[in-house]
Amino acid sequence: MSTSENVGGSVASTNGKTAASAKKPGRGSKVVGWADERLGLATAAKKNLRKVFPDHWSFMLGEIALWSFVVLLISGVFLTFWFKPSMAEVQYFGSYSQLNGMHMSEAFASTLDISFDVRGGLMVRQMHHWAAMLFIAAMLVHMMRVFLTGAFRKPREVNWIIGGILILLGIVEGFAGYSLPDDLLSGTGMRIADGLVKATPVVGTYMSFFMFGGEFPGDDIIPRLYMAHILLIPGLILALIAAHMLLLVYHKHTQWPGPGRTEENVVGFPMLPVYMAKAGGFFFIVFGMSALMGGLLTINPVWKYGPYDPSKVTAGSQPDWYMGIAEGTLRIMPGWETHLFGHTLSWNIFLPGQVIPIVLLLMVLSWPFLEAWVTGDKREHHLLQRPRNAPGRTAFLAAMITLYGLLWAAGGNDVLAVLFHLNLNHITYFMRGAVFVIPILVFFLTKRWCISLQRHDNDKLLHGYETGIIMRSAEGGYTERHLPISEESAYTLTARDRDEVFVPGSGVDANGVASKDGKLDGIRGKLSTTLFADNIQKPTAEELEEAHHHADDEHAHEIEAGLDHSADGHQFDGRHPVDEEALRGKH
Amino acid sequence: MTDHNDTSSNHLPASVQEPIANPGLPAHLPRPTDVDPKAERRAERQVAAFFVASMICAVLFCVAYFTLDIKDETDTFIGLGASNVALGATLGLALMFIGIGVIHWARKLMGDVEIFEMRHPASSSEEDRDTTLAALSAGLEESGIARRPLIRNTMLGAMGMLGLPLIVGLRDLGTLPGKTLERTVWAEGTRIVRDVTGTPVKPSQLEVGDLMNAQPEGLVTLHSEELIAEGEERGVEYLEGVDLQVEKSKASVILLRMEPKDLTFSDRSPENWQIDGIVAYSKICTHVGCPISLNEQQSHHLLCPCHQSTFDLADGGRVVFGPAARPLPQLPLTVKDGYLVAQSDFREPVGPSYWERDSK
Amino acid sequence: MRLLNRPLNRVAGRLSRHRRRPVAGLLVMLLGLFFTGALYAAFAPANAEKESTTDEAKIAQGRELFLVGCSFCHGANGEGMTSQTGQLGPSLVGVGAAAVDFQVGTGRMPMAQPGQQAAVKDKLYTDDEVEALSAYVASLGPGPSIPSKDEYSLDKEIAEGVKNGMTDDEARNAAIVRGGQLFLANCSACHNFEGSGGAMPWGKNAPSLRKTSDKHIYEAMLTGPQQMDVFSNGNIAPEDKAAIIAYLNSIEENPGYGGFGLGGLGPVSEGMFAWLLGIGGLVGFAYWIAAHSTRSEKSEHTEGNQA
Repeated sequence: MSTSENVGGSVASTNGKTAASAKKPGRGSKVVGWADERLGLATAAKKNLRKVFPDHWSFMLGEIALWSFVVLLISGVFLTFWFKPSMAEVQYFGSYSQLNGMHMSEAFASTLDISFDVRGGLMVRQMHHWAAMLFIAAMLVHMMRVFLTGAFRKPREVNWIIGGILILLGIVEGFAGYSLPDDLLSGTGMRIADGLVKATPVVGTYMSFFMFGGEFPGDDIIPRLYMAHILLIPGLILALIAAHMLLLVYHKHTQWPGPGRTEENVVGFPMLPVYMAKAGGFFFIVFGMSALMGGLLTINPVWKYGPYDPSKVTAGSQPDWYMGIAEGTLRIMPGWETHLFGHTLSWNIFLPGQVIPIVLLLMVLSWPFLEAWVTGDKREHHLLQRPRNAPGRTAFLAAMITLYGLLWAAGGNDVLAVLFHLNLNHITYFMRGAVFVIPILVFFLTKRWCISLQRHDNDKLLHGYETGIIMRSAEGGYTERHLPISEESAYTLTARDRDEVFVPGSGVDANGVASKDGKLDGIRGKLSTTLFADNIQKPTAEELEEAHHHADDEHAHEIEAGLDHSADGHQFDGRHPVDEEALRGKH
Repeated sequence: MTDHNDTSSNHLPASVQEPIANPGLPAHLPRPTDVDPKAERRAERQVAAFFVASMICAVLFCVAYFTLDIKDETDTFIGLGASNVALGATLGLALMFIGIGVIHWARKLMGDVEIFEMRHPASSSEEDRDTTLAALSAGLEESGIARRPLIRNTMLGAMGMLGLPLIVGLRDLGTLPGKTLERTVWAEGTRIVRDVTGTPVKPSQLEVGDLMNAQPEGLVTLHSEELIAEGEERGVEYLEGVDLQVEKSKASVILLRMEPKDLTFSDRSPENWQIDGIVAYSKICTHVGCPISLNEQQSHHLLCPCHQSTFDLADGGRVVFGPAARPLPQLPLTVKDGYLVAQSDFREPVGPSYWERDSK
Repeated sequence: MRLLNRPLNRVAGRLSRHRRRPVAGLLVMLLGLFFTGALYAAFAPANAEKESTTDEAKIAQGRELFLVGCSFCHGANGEGMTSQTGQLGPSLVGVGAAAVDFQVGTGRMPMAQPGQQAAVKDKLYTDDEVEALSAYVASLGPGPSIPSKDEYSLDKEIAEGVKNGMTDDEARNAAIVRGGQLFLANCSACHNFEGSGGAMPWGKNAPSLRKTSDKHIYEAMLTGPQQMDVFSNGNIAPEDKAAIIAYLNSIEENPGYGGFGLGGLGPVSEGMFAWLLGIGGLVGFAYWIAAHSTRSEKSEHTEGNQA
């Protein structure tokens, strides 16, 4: 420690006491110096330690996913100390007496041991499961936020795709974990997975046999899933999360438009200390929430399901929620099967089990490119769009969420039937039509809703906000006072681009460069019309000016007419200084 | 912002484009903790209190860990497992208090002035890009990959060929399907026994309306020693482990007794496959293979709890609802030595569809 | 505060091998034997003469009740009725006393209105009247009679086990394990893994078993009410039925090992909690983290002055 004075470098005092107090900064820089001489980190750190992150609650949704993944890693390591991924048959003599003496796989027996013979084992098992549900849910919510605000636009398309793959991997990872305990529900899940694989044309049977190491259920699937669950997929997820975060740091976070916030800057708080504290604190909160849920809420009580037995089943056989839409499509699919030249093609399984999920995923992943193609926009975007200012996109997401929700409900149709005294078969028939009709309805409703919100914004810009102050004119008519909104709010409302509808054959693309007519221009024009044609654009400077003049004229009129009034409310019009400035609020 | 809008400004003058000028960052307003030393000290104490509360919870976790029993003498707390609840609550709160404390600290006491950073375009500078491209083409040029197609093509071929060992090496992941999916352990004379207990069934034991979950003899785990000894004398093979699971997932059946007048006979379900209204069907759904036994006594409709395919068991297992495409296979029954036995194996593969199913 | 009034009560909340001492086991066994004997004495054929007189009175009383409450659908002599739209009420000849005791004793019959499925209501008849109705219907034709307690309890099997050298708890536990397997093989498909019930086609449902009495569960298996299949004694032996009931009771007695049960409906309710409580709660925290804290009216100069 005595050398620290030299490393600290700055203080060379004859006074021993002063030197001692200067040791503190010296020690820090000593460590930094040691590390930097070997790793050269200072160059990278100098930019990033005070990196700016904008503050908004919706920017923290991805963090929930990140932190619950960390919780999964920690709790998962704890579980591996006891879990035995083996399908060898053992006889159970543990603490859960209702299964005493039963034959079961070692995987199930060790899950029971974790639950009943390891203190805190059940809590960590449940925590792991809850955190898994939160992980995937948080990824989805995060993805919706990114989609709704247009944060996927250039230059972030690659990160959007990485995110989509992460969700897919998360779901596969979750399903693998759900299957490991080898209980009745997870075994039934594997049985369904086997059915899905077998329905693959041509190679399905072989895939199934290679997956299970022979005929279902075999004794290989759990060791194999275990490897995938604790090594392969988490490794991939970790690598992709790293790429996702690196790109986030490289691009810098998007931000909401507002006073002083532009496409060229990012306004917020520094990484050190504020975001370190906020993000770090949030980690503890996510971890704590998972622990609380693990301690208080039962999840996957495998001891009640019992070991997997291919001849047993329970009412309400469901997968975890994130598999709900696959389950829903399987349930509402009519029983179509084609028999051709001695071969069976099971559309009733192949379509919902393999084709539809892949089509949905590709649709979601390709959206940024589709939208960029339609708009012809090649610029970078770092300012977010309010959902209402992209009505077509918002409506598309609303329709997709509706579809997701309907399929989800269809996947739980038996539970819905019991809880709400409905007819199971009617729910299924209803869903068969609803998945086509309702999303389309929702699309148009949401679009109109967004557009009327845009109109409302323009009203606020042009005519001010509604004060709630009712004025009575000399003639006895009543009007409500409108007051102009603050300059900050007005700027925020106008800080968006104007939409342009692509007209095929116009020969000029969005950059004003003459373009040759593409084959797909017709489709592009139609899409552009659907997405942008009805949108309300922000007012021009002239319109704004005119509206204000108009308001002033009106005022002059009323003032003349109502001169004898002692207080007519005109003092609140925002153009006259008044005492109660607070009334203007933060509109 | 204005640079990026030059595309649109072709159509509209800039002033029209941006009706309101950017007013710039608003002035920073201090928090009470910035200006009021009392508030500052209060916040400081609050943050510390959260950290102390977290410490207490961590200690309580350890206390709960050692005092609350699990296993045979599980302690309970309002009807819940006390250890689980206490460990989860103390650990959860210990973590949460740290989180809340740190965030409270950040919100109340850490620097609160918004700062800004300038962005740079995601792309590299023109110069960097040109240098990279130049380096790339120089490298390619020196390698001569474009000029020497023979080398290039054989190299690509060699690498492509490496895919073969990769695929071939996976061959031993599993056995080949062969004919196993088309066969079950049912054979002529195989006794039907009750699932779980493993006792054989006499037709007279079943009343109209009865449903029995049954197995071929040899596929049950919980029966008595005497039964096994007796069965082995008759040459029954008792399976266990993976063999048991594999066969059970194909051979499980349900046995029903209906009024013979309610049954509809057809080629799929001839009259001589039933005994006095007793019929046996595969318990494995033809959709994706869930075991099904949700039967309705009066309508004879059998529902799958996984995806709600419904089969009419009085009519050869016909599909009446849901995603299944094929009827449930029926097991032909007869009586031998007074007990119900199978006439033969199922006449078609049981369980979910697969590509080669029809080419049996 | 219920929480405080019931602090960590050390209760072995389930059947365990260590809970009962051998003396207790012996006592239970003796008691069991005593009650078995007493019941046997009460119902043994020795009392046939006395029984027949009371039976006749009961049957007559039952017939009166039947004519008022049941004959509208089931016919004046329980022969069943068919209306133009289908069956109004099935024939009751041969359904036995157990069926009546179940249907009337759980309030399913008389039905308030015709429908897919008779709903459970408060029962309309007193125990005495149910007994009379059962006796009358039983007199129409031979059918399963109302089970006695030793049929739906494990007493007999435990006594048997003890005789074969097992301890009381071992015998009980073996029966419960078997009952669990029988339950999962025969019952859980409709009634769910812990008896919470499940959906059936066209608006019908398999009811929850949690609040059903042991006797009624036994009778339901024996008689197959409405759409439920029959599990006659030839199908599932009486001691196996008793084992199923004992299993259901034992999981009911188990503490909630993992915390609150979320309705015992499986992954659907779990998913709901993950979204509402988990994601909802965490988004609430995110909102708090990013929200702007209160601002002071005082200017920052004050701070500068102080420093």
